[in-house]
Amino acid sequence: MNAPDVGIVFWILSAAILISGVMVVSLRNIFHCALALVFCLFCVAGIYVLLNAEFLAAAQVLIYVGAVAILIIFAVMLTTDMTSKKIVMTNENALVSFFTCILFAFVSVSMIRLTKVWNISDKEVVANNVETIGKSLMTEFMLPFEVVSVLLLAALIGAIVLARRERS
Amino acid sequence: MFYYLALAAVLFAIGLFGVMTRRNLIGILMSLELMFNAANINLVTFNRFIAPEHIVGQMFAIFVVVVAAAEAVVGLALVLVIYRNWRGIGTENISIMKW
Repeated sequence: MNAPDVGIVFWILSAAILISGVMVVSLRNIFHCALALVFCLFCVAGIYVLLNAEFLAAAQVLIYVGAVAILIIFAVMLTTDMTSKKIVMTNENALVSFFTCILFAFVSVSMIRLTKVWNISDKEVVANNVETIGKSLMTEFMLPFEVVSVLLLAALIGAIVLARRERS
Repeated sequence: MFYYLALAAVLFAIGLFGVMTRRNLIGILMSLELMFNAANINLVTFNRFIAPEHIVGQMFAIFVVVVAAAEAVVGLALVLVIYRNWRGIGTENISIMKW
């Protein structure tokens, strides 16, 4: 089995992901949350590299860390009053939600642990990750590729129409 | 493989907690991004361990990333519109769709 070992890099990345994830959902200042989200997404790109998905890691860094994070930070700056840090950021469901999520995580992890048969394959990883992805985007996944480009165009136009100021 | 899946499950739970408890629309969107990433880690993990000779899981993850980007764009535009109309993006203000 040539599956990647769970080494020290994985533990460091997981700890960083989980800690920054908790920071994203718990910090009071929404701007700090956005910065923690950027760090978390960057560490997820590191996990992709560990899993031999280099193109996806690069796309993650470009799209999430580059584009989506900038967009979120812009939205935070446009909508939030930076000086007011004393607002309560959670609603009254916090305690119930906390225990629900703990329960959810516990049940999922124990289900994964209890599963015996995974059909783990011992074949070799695809050699040229980027080349294979490019080829299958143009052959096997042609239709989803085109549909997703139409979706991006629709999202672009929709965002412009929504965010444009009405002339009065 | 267990550790990767467990990481994804815990990250998903964290995102779920954020979606349920945030009062800020942008906070909810950021927690949604966490949940998307947890799902993506799952997809890539299954691809790597169960079918490493194909890249179907990675293709799925790429499409998820693209759709998440589109969702973030439209969502943040909606947040801007809501802020302009209500002067705030707390979820307790936005209740005109409730009956």
